[in-house]
Amino acid sequence: MLRINNLHVKIEGKQILNGLDLTVNAGEVHAIMGPNGSGKSTLSHVLAGREGYEVTDGQVLFNAENLLQLSPEQRAHKGVFLAMQYPVELPGVNNMTFIRESINAIRRARGQDEFNTLEFLQLIREKAAQLQLDEKLLKRNVNAGFSGGEKKRNEVLQMAMLEPQLAILDETDSGLDIDALRVIAQGVNSLRSAERSIILVTHYQRLLEYIQPDFVHVLVNGRIVRSGDKQLALTLEQKGYNWIIEEDAA
Amino acid sequence: MRSALKNDQENDQTPIDDLIRSGYAHGFVTPIESDTFPPGLSENTILKISAKKNEPDWVLEWRLKAYRRWLAMEDPEWAHVKHPDIDFQSMSYYSAPKKKESLNSLDEVDPQLLEAYNKLGIPLEEQKALAGAAVDAVFDSVSVATTFRKSLADAGVIFCSMSEAIQKHPQLVQKYMGSVVPYSDNFYAALNAAVFTDGTFVYIPQGVRCPMELSTYFRINEANTGQFERTLIIAEAGSSVSYLEGCTAPMRDENQLHAAVVELVAMDDASIKYSTVQNWYPGDEQGKGGIYNFVTKRGACRGKRSHISWTQVETGSAITWKYPSCLLIGDDSVGEFYSVAVTRGRQQADTGTKMIHIGANTKSTIVSKGISAGHGQNTYRGLVRMSKGAVNARNHTQCDSLLLGDQCAAHTFPYIEVMNPDAEVEHEATTSKISDDQLFYCRQRGISEEDAVSMIVNGFCKEVFKELPMEFAVEAQKLLNLTLEGAVG
Repeated sequence: MLRINNLHVKIEGKQILNGLDLTVNAGEVHAIMGPNGSGKSTLSHVLAGREGYEVTDGQVLFNAENLLQLSPEQRAHKGVFLAMQYPVELPGVNNMTFIRESINAIRRARGQDEFNTLEFLQLIREKAAQLQLDEKLLKRNVNAGFSGGEKKRNEVLQMAMLEPQLAILDETDSGLDIDALRVIAQGVNSLRSAERSIILVTHYQRLLEYIQPDFVHVLVNGRIVRSGDKQLALTLEQKGYNWIIEEDAA
Repeated sequence: MRSALKNDQENDQTPIDDLIRSGYAHGFVTPIESDTFPPGLSENTILKISAKKNEPDWVLEWRLKAYRRWLAMEDPEWAHVKHPDIDFQSMSYYSAPKKKESLNSLDEVDPQLLEAYNKLGIPLEEQKALAGAAVDAVFDSVSVATTFRKSLADAGVIFCSMSEAIQKHPQLVQKYMGSVVPYSDNFYAALNAAVFTDGTFVYIPQGVRCPMELSTYFRINEANTGQFERTLIIAEAGSSVSYLEGCTAPMRDENQLHAAVVELVAMDDASIKYSTVQNWYPGDEQGKGGIYNFVTKRGACRGKRSHISWTQVETGSAITWKYPSCLLIGDDSVGEFYSVAVTRGRQQADTGTKMIHIGANTKSTIVSKGISAGHGQNTYRGLVRMSKGAVNARNHTQCDSLLLGDQCAAHTFPYIEVMNPDAEVEHEATTSKISDDQLFYCRQRGISEEDAVSMIVNGFCKEVFKELPMEFAVEAQKLLNLTLEGAVG
């Protein structure tokens, strides 16, 4: 589904990704871990098409199509979803309206009919209940006055509504207490399917106790220096990142 | 290899440019035979206008007094706008489509004129008119058609052109015209009083709720003409009316002057809701052409518990200079001002309101939303005055600015004068920008940049739009989207 070859990315002239390779097949869950500044968020942003990143080499294929040529909204239309690390507020824009606009924009781009309003309401209430997200938050403006945990749950709610093919969760666990983490993990787990791939970008192993990844990759200095299964995350938890950095340097 | 960023910009550039250029939909000229005065302004011009209108002497005398006063006045320079000096001798002060002396029904209106209004989306044929809205259409200097006159007359409502009111209801016009905005009020009000050619007159008798929305569409068609109309609305005790005005003009390279005066009078328990959707031609991206919209609008809440509410959506004009105001004279009277003002390209707007609290327990609310894009300059200027007698008076002002891009500017000049220790005045102001983070967030969810901007802007204006009558709220929203297409890129 997703194939990243030799990806090099600069921000303001500074090299952040440095020959990154990654292949994600349909139905797989990949965790990308790494110390601060290793390029995790850059990878998420480049995949979603955020401006300000200069791709100097390499390619990204999504279902055999050059993803980097597409605008952020075109990528969304094709099924790429990014749960943001810091979801922004949209003052004056009602949360429910926003999510409906989003779904309908995607459906229109795919040549599908717009969502029936009644069905939409039923579905969003159901999904919000699963995520234990207060229905009042659906009526508020997008992320306005939401707590950190509410913002993250609102991201997963959008993911559940949009049913993406590839979901990238950028540090969705940061700033969450253990109960919120469980609820969110449950939400994400219920979205696992044979057609959907998930990339979990995270700093800590903690999230992976609740969402079991098929693969764990360690990102250091803009490259994946080690890949393994869930065991690798546990080793990282015990030994930290330094031993990998040292081995990589040697 | 090129980055995603570069690709996006290149892909988007052309359609956005096209949209900017095609932004003004009302720029057509109607080829119609007109009776137009040669350019120039003198006492003789005024005599000629007055003669054309077959006016009573008192109107002519009033015009001449205003003219002499105007000659002694200076073009004001305090507004935060820049424009070359206006040559008042270079424009024509009267232009009317040639027509029969008097019209008995719409069938007698020139089909070209009806077509022009149809193109603007304002069908004058009564059966097709907007649900329950009566329309007065002012083309250049004169009113060409007023619809639904009969059903209004049955309710006792007078809704006609100012010229007709002067002929048929002189005692009412004489009593109220100039009573809220005297001819000596300011430079452009004096000019208007001297040369006004038409406008709309509304009289709602005691206890009558006007059975439909009343509206006037102002259209400047002829080149090198100024439009100077007066609107006068009188709501007697216990009556109510909702009035809407819309404005458009062709695209022309030279600037044209629109200097109107609007006067509202509300007696005991009367309520007047005055809404404006102003879309005069704003000039091109370089600032060439466009309307100078220098307007004096004022309402007097003379009666107890009277209520005047101004709502305006200002998207057009090269320069907008207007302050729809309320004189809160009657005890417990209420004044409101809701405004959305958009400037883009080289547009400049200096707009706001004055709330003059005179009676006890008077209340006023000001909600101003300024949106600046391109090189637009947007200024809010407002005065809240609590006079000595305004015991327990209250004002709440909210003044928000939204900037799109980094070449535009927003300015705020609130003036607050309190001469009464009981009065409460609150002023809140914010300035914000649509951030790259917000746009990326929307686009990641599949929403195009244009739609994202319009969603955020409409959210920003929501409080004002909800004050507009339903159909016009929808129109205003569409107009805003059209105006801001391609404004961010």
